[in-house]
Order: sequence, then structure tokens, then C-alpha cells
Amino acid sequence: MHPAIRIDGVTKRFGNVQALDGIDLEIAKGEFFGLLGPNGAGKTTLISALAGLVRPDAGRLAVMGHDVVAEYRAARRQLGVVPQELVFDPFFTVRESLEIQSGYFGIRDNAAWIDEILENLDLTAKADINMRQLSGGMKRRVLVAQALVHRPPVIVLDEPTAGVDVELRQGLWAFIRRLNRDGHTIVLTTHYLEEAESLCGRIAMLKQGRIVALDTTRNLLRRFSGHTLRLRLAPGHVLPDTLRARASAEAEGSRLFNLANCDEIEGILAGLRDAGCRIDDIEVGKPDLEEVFLRVMERG
Amino acid sequence: MDGFLTLLYKEVLRFWKVSFQTVAAPILTALLFLLIFSHVLERHVRVYENVSYTSFLVPGLVMMSLLQNAFANSSSSLIQSKVTGNIIFMLLPPISYAQFFAAFVLAAIARGIVVGLGVLLATLWLVDLSWRAPLWIAAFALLGGAIMGALGVIAGIWAEKFDQLAAFQNFIIVPLTFLSGVFYSIHSLPPFWQQVSHFNPIFYMIDGFRYGFFGVSDVPPLLSLGVVAACFVVLTVFTLWLLRIGYRLRA
Repeated sequence: MHPAIRIDGVTKRFGNVQALDGIDLEIAKGEFFGLLGPNGAGKTTLISALAGLVRPDAGRLAVMGHDVVAEYRAARRQLGVVPQELVFDPFFTVRESLEIQSGYFGIRDNAAWIDEILENLDLTAKADINMRQLSGGMKRRVLVAQALVHRPPVIVLDEPTAGVDVELRQGLWAFIRRLNRDGHTIVLTTHYLEEAESLCGRIAMLKQGRIVALDTTRNLLRRFSGHTLRLRLAPGHVLPDTLRARASAEAEGSRLFNLANCDEIEGILAGLRDAGCRIDDIEVGKPDLEEVFLRVMERG
Repeated sequence: MDGFLTLLYKEVLRFWKVSFQTVAAPILTALLFLLIFSHVLERHVRVYENVSYTSFLVPGLVMMSLLQNAFANSSSSLIQSKVTGNIIFMLLPPISYAQFFAAFVLAAIARGIVVGLGVLLATLWLVDLSWRAPLWIAAFALLGGAIMGALGVIAGIWAEKFDQLAAFQNFIIVPLTFLSGVFYSIHSLPPFWQQVSHFNPIFYMIDGFRYGFFGVSDVPPLLSLGVVAACFVVLTVFTLWLLRIGYRLRA
């Protein structure tokens, strides 16, 4: 069985910049996959290569088993892309834009699905309004709708929530989650790492055109991050020698313990109690993708 | 096929939605040319026997408007889509480059013919036109519109900014159309400029188109048709090649 996306040895150079440097990646059908990396890491170039907007110098890409160059028409029917830039055609209304986009994919009577998308993205009231008159957030929703008109099994969202308010973000993710539950493969790039953490089952991190980490979100969190214990002692109290070496100093007299597991908390608190230390403030931190990201980027 | 038809429909709808600017304005411009030139030259210039200068002028103005607007349609649509970024909506779907080309060229022909017909209808009450060879009129109108539509696609693909497109239009298209015999017969030119005119493909479009009305022309209409058809084939092959390699559309 073909994976949803298969990328073999893809390279792309723009002048002196090696945008993609031998990318190999396979994304299974039904995955919610995150593509993370700093600006200029190659995320958008990779997505563009997948969509046929960028032609790789070497390597092959396939969507649902269809080569994006040799079988570009079949590949593009399988793919819906939400571009990063807020682009729109100022000549048309929201509904016209969606009808035209459906037609490009060879779908004539698509009114029922268009209505459903409009409703899910809270655009029904704006359906007959010209694109120029929409706010930035509304235009972003239309971009999502345009990517979905042909019911593609693979949906790529390139920074879909950049500059979008919280309400829309939550509504959008609820809709995308539902599409994922219905079997659509989702590929997401975002700078909001908490979004990637909560949505993506697997994540690839890119740096300078190379994949520097690829694993399930859970494994990445386990490998590169962990629980922490942050505490501040009452004035005049100091950590006992047995604990001092394990803690790092933080602002305002706080001390941070990196924990291998939560059981260690009990031992630390017992040590403090035995030393007669009084605690003013205490906080347990959960593993977080931002820390993973920073560590991977430092290492990569 | 549906993708092609939708792109064609969208391109026609695009100019039709702003028809005041894309259709009415060029018709008015052509009428102003006709009024001024006929007022100044009607009594002083006679190009063909039994054909008044104003009558001679009308087919030339119709064809000039048709050609300029065919070029404007494909070129302006492409540059707008590129600059605003919405060209992505046409590049992501499974539309082949040949379909892409055909849709833009046919929409350009459509706008050219709508404007040309508008100029013709608006001037019919001013002049007495004969219709000696309607098929020649149709052939040159279609081929002329197609050539300029293809040139518009090339210009729209090549240009990265509006001023580059304006330069293409002002320094290539406008001089070629104005110096193509719209306002005069090339026989009235000095021998050197007569020779130069023969290298202007738009001269053959205008001359052949005019032949369809009056049955007379500066060069044999079959020669004009041959030159125009050859130009169309060359431009089509070149434009399809540009689209196939994704020049300035797909990085």
C-alpha cells in the first residue's frame, strides 16, 4: 500500500542557498504530521515541491502513490494546499472563488460540499461578499476552503493560523481534526509549537534543508524534554548539599530540577524537609515541544 | 477538460466584471481616433479607389482595438495574478500547460472580439462598409486575437512587475500596432519604410482584415494569412515551451 506522501532524496538549490538537502520522508495515510523548523529551514520549499510549484533538482516526490512530476494531474487531485501567504482573487466573491476552484479540479456540481465547508468555517454569511471586503482572518478561512473543495485525501496547511484570532484557530482545528478522523492525511507547518504538540502524532524538524529530528511527538518529548520542578525557598534558606548539584539557578532565586520521572519529586521534597528548608513557591513543569525544538535546533 | 473550461470561464468573467474599463473604454478610444483622423484627413487622403478615408480607417481601428485588447487581457490577468500571488490557484490544480495556454488565449480572443465588435457597431452609422469576404475577416480576427493573446501570455509570464509589462506594451505592442497601416496604406510610405513594414506581423493582420471588407489590400491576402498563421504557430510553440519548463511560474 502506498503511503500518503513519499519523498526520496529531494534536493533543491536557489542560487547559493541549499533550500532542500536530501530529504527522505514517508507519511502514512491518516497521519496528522507536523513539519517544524525555523524560518528558511525549507518547509515551504518542501511543500511547494510536493504541490508542483517548485521543481526539485534531484529526488522524487509522490502523493498517494502518484509521482508529482510524471503523474502530476493525478498527484494534484490528491492534494489540497493552504498556502502561507494571504492570497485571493479580488474579482470574485467567496462562493465564486470556491466554485471556480472546484471547476479547476473538474468538479461541476459541488454546491452541497461548498455549503458544508462554508458552514464549518463559519463563512456562510460571507458567501456572496467580494474577497476584497473580507478581513485577514476571513480570507485565511477561504484559503482553507479552497484547499478542500475537491475533497483531497492529503491536506497540507502551511502556517494556517498565522495572524488568526483564537476563536477561529480553535474552530479551524476542530474542523481539521474532524477531517483527520474521517481519514484525511494532514501535514501541518506552524510556528505555534503548542498547536503542533497537541495536534500532530508525528513530527519532522527541519534545519537548513535537512531533517534533523523525526519521531512521534511523544518520543520527541521523552527524548529531548521532561518534567521539571521549579521552586523558590523562603529567605534565609539554602538548598542542602545533597540537592545543590542537581539544581540550576534561575531568576529571582528560583532553582530548577530536570526530572527523569515524576517519582524524583518525592525524594527532592524529602531532602528539603530533612534539611529544614521552607518553600515559598513550587511549580511542576510538563515536557514541552518548545524545549524539544530548541534542543534539536542547537544540536542539529 | 473541465479545468480548462473553468479557467476559460474565469478569464472571460474577469474582464466582463469590469467591462466598463475593459470593453467600453477602448471602444471610446477607437471612436475618438476615428472622429479626429476622419475630420482632419477625410478630404485630403484617399487610399483605395471608391473607398473613403473614414471607411478605410474603420477596419484598421477595429483590428487595432481587437489586437491591443487581446494582448491586454492575457498579460494583465497573468501579471495581476503573479503580483498578488493568486496564480497559485491556477498552478495547484491538474490543469495541463496546453490547457492553461488555450484558456488564456481563447479568453484574449473573446475580449478582443467583443471590443472589436463594439468598435464596429459604434462606427457603422458613420461609414458605408462593404463586406466582400467575411471569412477572411473572421480568420484574421481570430488569428490576430490568438497571436496577441499568446504574446500577452509571454509578456505576463516574463514580467515580474507592472512597469515591466507596461514597457512591453508601450515599447513593443503599441508601436507595432500604430505603425502597421491602421491609419495609412504602406504604399504611401517611402520605399525604406515600406520594406520595414513588411517585417511587422501586425501589418499583415490589419491588411488581411481590411481585405475582407474592401476586397483590396497592400499585399495578397493569402500571403498575409500565411505570415499570420506562421507567427501563431511559432508563438504557440514558444509559449507552450515556456509553460512546460515553468519559466517564472514554477521555481
